[in-house]
Amino acid sequence: MNGESSGYSALTPAQFGALVAALRQAGYAVAGPRVADGEFVFGDVSSSAGLAAGYADEQKPGRYLLSKSAKSAALFGVVNGQHSWKKYLFSQQETLWRARGSSGGFSVEQEPCRPAKSAFLGVRPCDIAAIRVQDAVFTGGACADTYYKTRRENALIIAANCTRASGNCFCDSMGSGPRARAGFDLAFTEVAENGAHYFVFEAATAAGKQLLSKCGAPAASAAQTRKADALIESARAAMTKKLDAKNIKALLYRNYENPRWEQTAKRCLACANCTMVCPTCFCSTMEDQTSLDGAQASRARRADSCFTLDFSWIHGGGSVRPAASSRYRQWMTHKLATWHDQFGTSGCVGCGRCITWCPVGIDITEEAAAIAEAEAD
Amino acid sequence: MVPETRNLKKGKPKLAVCKLASCDGCQLSLLDCEDELLQIAELVQIASFPEATRHFEKGPYDLTLVEGSVCREHELEMIKEIRAQSRFLVTIGACATAGGIQSLRNFADAKEYVSFVYAKPQYISALATSTPVSAHVAPDYELWGCPVNKEQLVEVVNAFLNGRKPNITARSVCMECKAKNTVCIQVSRGTPCMGPVTHSGCGAICPAYARGCYGCFGPKETPNTASLADWWKRELGAQEDFTQRSFRTYNAWAPEFRAESEKHGKK
Repeated sequence: MNGESSGYSALTPAQFGALVAALRQAGYAVAGPRVADGEFVFGDVSSSAGLAAGYADEQKPGRYLLSKSAKSAALFGVVNGQHSWKKYLFSQQETLWRARGSSGGFSVEQEPCRPAKSAFLGVRPCDIAAIRVQDAVFTGGACADTYYKTRRENALIIAANCTRASGNCFCDSMGSGPRARAGFDLAFTEVAENGAHYFVFEAATAAGKQLLSKCGAPAASAAQTRKADALIESARAAMTKKLDAKNIKALLYRNYENPRWEQTAKRCLACANCTMVCPTCFCSTMEDQTSLDGAQASRARRADSCFTLDFSWIHGGGSVRPAASSRYRQWMTHKLATWHDQFGTSGCVGCGRCITWCPVGIDITEEAAAIAEAEAD
Repeated sequence: MVPETRNLKKGKPKLAVCKLASCDGCQLSLLDCEDELLQIAELVQIASFPEATRHFEKGPYDLTLVEGSVCREHELEMIKEIRAQSRFLVTIGACATAGGIQSLRNFADAKEYVSFVYAKPQYISALATSTPVSAHVAPDYELWGCPVNKEQLVEVVNAFLNGRKPNITARSVCMECKAKNTVCIQVSRGTPCMGPVTHSGCGAICPAYARGCYGCFGPKETPNTASLADWWKRELGAQEDFTQRSFRTYNAWAPEFRAESEKHGKK
């Protein structure tokens, strides 16, 4: 349902509100950026008034600061937060089938998947890249994951190009942003400065075009699209973090042994936060459950992480990655190097979440640079 | 570790709940399993459960749930007898698994404490230390928590009855926070949180109410307490006595928490 882009419209905030209303009227459950209990999250959006108006984020390794400015009218001023769209597409815990004992055997029933038609509002370009990475993982091979695939097919994507960069963004290095090039139904750039407030929209699919037509928005002027483009370029220029994506795979393949792994392991908590917030991490474990009397059983898939010992536990012995250094190496090497061989793409999209939400601020870009430096020594 | 339930003698397995030095909160968690308790009572023969009934049957028992730590002279013998009478012994809660909050005495002079607290200290026969069951006999399974999580308690009984491994992991509390989409309060508010070094199981309750994790479920697998404490100090401005207190709560005597607490604050 995602295709090439064409033509621009300019929506006023009221017309943007009409778009949200049109989505809901068309039966979409709309999810988007919100502030709940003082935290930036993705949640249900009933109208554009429920978005995170006036908020902005500041991110550093291990720190996230959300602030609100009375001066700002921007609905999408926050670059990103802990939540990613994985929240909606890849369930943390999912029952796959149930079994019932009967005289002389048992019967198995697959758990049905009936997702609602949903619209993701304000998907950042890096997060679109992440969704496409997970598409390749879950639907690209010989066996598609029914649960992911069904949810994905029911999701309409409305991209929000970035006009700000957080301190931990490096999408420019990973080629995933700050402008969304494909993989969306609708995409917009929000312009909110000097008293002006509008959204420059483009539609990429029939569904997107149809929705846009319901807002009664005129074509964007050349000045408006130029302004939007300039803001996106300013976000690119503001990005301070870099990762040498071109050489990282070869670098990591050469450096299974590097003193940096041990140094990082001294800091790494092996708490799994990086993998949980990463929009592309997809690992899971299977859990078999029984009823107390043993008459019924079920199998559930539960999100797991390469940082847990159970994840690499093998028969008869224990974990093959007992040291935190081996677990961190596994994660980073998979994300940035072996992922290419496995799925034909990098597993990293440069969203910076693993840096921000690491409780001790381990920075994957700094680690990559340090490994290169240690190798050069 | 997986009990062989198929070899049970005819009849229902015998379940005993035993108590050492404890507040009874963990066995109350079993009593609190309102939906499952009746079914459990149908599937096992409850031989001993002091908080529920005066009814008592002698061992041997198929499954014994022990709460409490070894704090008093007679408990040294008691735990050996419980082990001898139990085919499968599970410690339930921070006291039985790690020595409990009463193990704070292990860092001080217990006799001095007794003289402050009791009018007639001569009646108190406390040992100098509070120790977990594992310091005396080998348990078959250890359930963490102050108190234990009742779903995990039912899961242990369920796994025993069905001859399988309990679905309980030693992962971090952070993974529970992330699973329920709670935003990390250490990162977003600068609140020191024990979550990254603490064993999951509670369902990450405190961070969901904007409080740092208190570490009620003890150390997670391979906890890097030194790195967390270092971050608290450097980035969050935590004082040494705060860090010591954080590691000295309900699981003060758990080896990893104990070692970290000894690096901070007053000796």
